[in-house]
Amino acid sequence: MNDLRNLVSTLVDKHGRDEESLLPILQGIENSESYVSQEAMVEIAKELNISAAQVYGTATFYSFLSIQPLGKYVIRVCKTITCSMHGKNQVISELENMLKIKLGETTSDKRFSLLETNCLGQCHKGPAMLINDEPYTDLTPEKVREIIRDIQQKEFAVN
Amino acid sequence: MEKKHLKRLDLIFKNEHDTEEILAKVLAKKNEEIINDLIISGLKGRGGAGYPTGLKWKLTAEEESDEKYVICNADEGEPGTFKDREILSAVPHKVLTGMAVCARVTGAKQGFIYLRGEYKFLVPELEKAIAAFHNLLATLNLDFSVSVFIGSGAYICGEESALFESMEGKRGEPRNKPPFPTQKGYKAKPTVINNVETLAHTYSIFKYGPEKFHDLGVKDSHGSKVFSVSGDTPIPGIYELEFGMTLQKFVDDFADGDAKAVQVGGASGFCVPRKRFEKTVIGYQGTLTGPSLPTGGSMMIFNSSRSMYNVLHNYLDFFVEESCGQCTPCRVGTQQLLLGIQAVKKGEKPSLYLDKLLSLAETMRVTAKCGLGQSVANSFSSIVENFREEMIY
Ligand SMILES: Cc1cc2nc3c(=O)[nH]c(=O)nc-3n(C[C@H](O)[C@H](O)[C@H](O)COP(=O)(O)O)c2cc1C
Ligand code: SF4
Ligand code: FES
Repeated sequence: MNDLRNLVSTLVDKHGRDEESLLPILQGIENSESYVSQEAMVEIAKELNISAAQVYGTATFYSFLSIQPLGKYVIRVCKTITCSMHGKNQVISELENMLKIKLGETTSDKRFSLLETNCLGQCHKGPAMLINDEPYTDLTPEKVREIIRDIQQKEFAVN
Repeated sequence: MEKKHLKRLDLIFKNEHDTEEILAKVLAKKNEEIINDLIISGLKGRGGAGYPTGLKWKLTAEEESDEKYVICNADEGEPGTFKDREILSAVPHKVLTGMAVCARVTGAKQGFIYLRGEYKFLVPELEKAIAAFHNLLATLNLDFSVSVFIGSGAYICGEESALFESMEGKRGEPRNKPPFPTQKGYKAKPTVINNVETLAHTYSIFKYGPEKFHDLGVKDSHGSKVFSVSGDTPIPGIYELEFGMTLQKFVDDFADGDAKAVQVGGASGFCVPRKRFEKTVIGYQGTLTGPSLPTGGSMMIFNSSRSMYNVLHNYLDFFVEESCGQCTPCRVGTQQLLLGIQAVKKGEKPSLYLDKLLSLAETMRVTAKCGLGQSVANSFSSIVENFREEMIY
């Protein structure tokens, strides 16, 4: 709780106390915590002197803000038409197999979440996905395996 | 071999490093002159609505207010569009120059680039370009600064008033119009909001003069346009072409020889079937049905192996998810259209039910609050009318 309070106050110091800072603050919470908890919403509301309902309303509007905990690596695969036409389903299957979760789920070690999203603006290089902020394009099942293995190895080395 | 019937232009992406010279040249002009040049050039907004850019700047300049804003709309969320990302990464200085000149003309001191969350990876490079640009502005004594505001995954925030709401910390729900942004935009202050590509084009106009820009294209559609080409094409990518081409010429150059339809303008645009390629001209006043041809530049090509039912289903999924839910015609309408085509496909509803759905879509065009709900009928009607059998069997 104290950690959260500190995080909120650091973000408020950085972005300011105006309502215009709300979205950047929520994004900062999402980045550090993987989601925006109710406690965080209440804390932000206090700091910005707005209602918790407004914070909740904003936090639940945006698809890149989550009110459920997500994994350290959030995978968002584009499901819009041209990526679908070029093999998005194979990409999803490969990810499900490797991570042993279904679309919409998070691995039990809290490392990976697998989600779908709308057009990523990479349609000429579809299928495409984001892992956190980073785009990966021209995906094939082989390429997906490499990408995930690289991350898993990196994680393994850290621990 | 790559066919090249259409002339490829190289205005936007030409990497001219003469920002300082161009800025000094333009800023030496009177505001009225700059506005006049833009009006003469015939430049219209490239974000979809096609509003004349010079007029937009003029209206904002005429508003009395000690606080005004210039916002670059980089929310680029229309399916099949990716040109703004490329422009911002390749030639950010052109966009920034457009913003700075707009600031001088309108009296704004602060500018923002509203960058969709999906493009957050661009931020480090963009911030570098902005820092360099700020240094340049300091030498020119122009009091203007630009910051990046990052979105969070909501297509509707590309709609200008939803974008302001979002920047103000609210849900991205479109406002009623009027008042227009030129009167009451961000924080209820006069605001110019322009698409990335629109701003980049102003650079070419400043550099080469309004006449040269005006000479490109056709009646009512001047200048060049950056197209995002995807789908069934051997050469997907970003191409700068002249307005006024027929869709047939476009297909000859870009499709795989088997194109059965092209979706012009993304999910909120129109689907043109093969039999109308020859008659369809790409520009603001083309021969497409509908009030205005979307000009975002998304061109998705579908060949004969594709099911147009799947295409429409995918678009409707998109609209159901991205509708902000604020007004009933759009919130309920998008869901009903989706359920409706599913029911017809499964045989649970007779094929005549499609006509009911068509009239529902037309009702949405008239009653929905913003462009999202209003434009669902574009793709819905053009796909259902042209590919009716595919919806049923
Ligand atoms: C649902 C919806 C989404 C939109 N998305 C964008 C967008 O991503 N980028 C954009 O520039 N304009 C978008 N627009 C158009 C903007 O509202 C606005 O007209 C445009 O930014 C004005 O700039 P322009 O005059 O340079 O085209 C969208 C409009 C609607 C209705
Ligand atoms: S038309 Fe759709 S997106 Fe626009 S205000 Fe209504 S519900 Fe929201
Ligand atoms: S359709 Fe997948 S990135 Fe655009």
